[in-house]
Amino acid sequence: MAGTSPATPARADRAPGPRRDAPAASRLAGVARQMRGPLGALVLLVIYNALFNADAFLTRQSFNVNATQVAVVVIVGVGLTMVIATGGIDLSVGAIMAISGSLAPIIFLADSAPWATPFLGAAMAYVLPVLLGGALGAFNGGLITGFRIQPIIATLVLFIAGRGIAQVMTGGRLQSFREPDWQYVGLGRPLGIPFQVILMLTVVAVAAWAMRATTFGRYVLAIGGNPAAARLAGVPVRRVTVAVYVISGLLAGLAGLIEIAINSSADANRIGLNRELDAIAAVAVGGTSLLGGRATIVGTLIGALIIQLIRFTLLTEGASDAVVRIVSAGAILVAVLIQRQRGT
Amino acid sequence: MVAAQPSTTALREARDRASRARFATLIQRQGALIALVVTMVFGWLRYGQEGFTGTYNITEALRYNAMFALIALGMTFVIMTGGIDLSVGAVAVLGSVMAARASGEGPWVATLVAIATGVAIGLLNGVLISRFRIQPFIVTLATLLGGRGLALLAANNSVQSLSTEAFSNGFIDISGREIGPVPLPVAIAAVAFVIGTVLLNLTRFGRHVLAIGGNEEAARLAGVPIDRTIIVVYVLSGGLAGLAGAILAAYTFSGNPNEAVGWELSAIAAVVVGGTLLTGGLGSVWTTLVGVLLLGAIINMLNFESLDPYWQQVIRGLFLLVVVILQSRLRRPASG
Repeated sequence: MAGTSPATPARADRAPGPRRDAPAASRLAGVARQMRGPLGALVLLVIYNALFNADAFLTRQSFNVNATQVAVVVIVGVGLTMVIATGGIDLSVGAIMAISGSLAPIIFLADSAPWATPFLGAAMAYVLPVLLGGALGAFNGGLITGFRIQPIIATLVLFIAGRGIAQVMTGGRLQSFREPDWQYVGLGRPLGIPFQVILMLTVVAVAAWAMRATTFGRYVLAIGGNPAAARLAGVPVRRVTVAVYVISGLLAGLAGLIEIAINSSADANRIGLNRELDAIAAVAVGGTSLLGGRATIVGTLIGALIIQLIRFTLLTEGASDAVVRIVSAGAILVAVLIQRQRGT
Repeated sequence: MVAAQPSTTALREARDRASRARFATLIQRQGALIALVVTMVFGWLRYGQEGFTGTYNITEALRYNAMFALIALGMTFVIMTGGIDLSVGAVAVLGSVMAARASGEGPWVATLVAIATGVAIGLLNGVLISRFRIQPFIVTLATLLGGRGLALLAANNSVQSLSTEAFSNGFIDISGREIGPVPLPVAIAAVAFVIGTVLLNLTRFGRHVLAIGGNEEAARLAGVPIDRTIIVVYVLSGGLAGLAGAILAAYTFSGNPNEAVGWELSAIAAVVVGGTLLTGGLGSVWTTLVGVLLLGAIINMLNFESLDPYWQQVIRGLFLLVVVILQSRLRRPASG
């Protein structure tokens, strides 16, 4: 099926030399044109809420709630966008979140820490779980490239085992904690903006730049467009493929830390549960093709915002969780359907 | 003589390669069956006659795994067309809630309601995939999310209990009754697999399924009715998931919207363990049955070891890992 997909890595082709010299404003306009549909939907949702839902919507608190809930999905979704751009999929991100989110408290709650200072302990509780996430991503990438196992099956292994591994690490116990300094990643409010929102925007900006302006980004799209042609053209297919799963693992590790920091507790059974589905939905609504070869990082941000705002709108209108789920499912289908019809 | 030397070597090499490929094919085809036999013998030696291989344990394990078998059967057909159905767990849950709601009307009506629910969702999946050309992964992901929402809605955001008549009108017999020594769900699954084999191997529909999975474009050019076949495959998968849902409701005495989490992935794992390739075009329903039994036997055996439940997840994951690595190793000499 992948072979029948259009073999043109559209973005890479459509942005040749001269365009990069174009003024920033017109480049921004180009992005806006490409994102017309999702962006329009997002604007409509914002306008609707601003008009009919102002009391609940136009408050700093509601901004923070919506932004906070979206941050974890977007950070995971950025990694997934790159994976999907290569024509792959990563079902293991929720499980990786559980593993990294379970490891961090083990490190900063340790009584006899091998670290010289508490600061170093807290730093290690950031660094090691994220690196572990990256290592698990490398494991996925190794299965896919080394053993030529299909991505959906290769990442299914960690999807099934990952949450169990996290519980083995914690002995199945819930870890509660109060470490305000460490929890800055989830609870910090520089200038009144949730820290994880700043983190999310940074991740989006760096990834969007990497996909547009670097060789790596073109390689990713080339592999998704036509892996055989990419190999013949000299793209280091294996290395790039492993790299996108490592990035996905690193970002999932980071997202796991944010989630436990917000909750002040780590329950291996719940961290990151169903996040892979939320993130895939955001990627699809944002306009990234699940066949690979076409990807938009900003689109994933917009897709996640659309889904979150639909949820927010329905919930403030008093709809039940059941209705929210059904409408969200419908929105995913409609979004993909519209893109599908414009694409062909 | 000089010329004969390399040709005998080449001949021997070719023979070696052929026998290795034959062995690989045997393992690929029957590996799960061999593993199942080894597992059963191991369990018999370790837990004694009345333990793992005792009649009670086997009967109850089969009763429980019949639900997975039905779902995995539908999944096998979907995967053979090169598709995937992530919605089966949600459809089973929705079916169980609908069956629980209709349980007062007796086993037949309740089961038909559950199957009809599954067929409706399968029809939606199939139409969106074939007519609107949306990828199976996305379509069935959406119906997974939406199906769980519908189940919550149908159960009024709680657990749908059975009506009181269900305990006397035969509804709970869907799961609890035995025909001779065979639990009814097992009999249902067995019949479904026989029908599945006939469909796949002896009908035009079965050939169409394999043709689409092998090469959709070629199948289209050869006049295979692609859209219709794909719709039927997803309807089949949905209907079987709905039937599993009716059994689930009778098995748990309720319709619980939070049940059956991750069943779709267990079913995919069973299909893969059985040896059906996810790329489509190949496969058999019997290897899927063996895959279901093997995964079920391993989970059941883990219950005999007093392990914490999370170790079970780890071991299941490791098991899947070993299987897919072995399959990839065996695939290579055959394809290369």
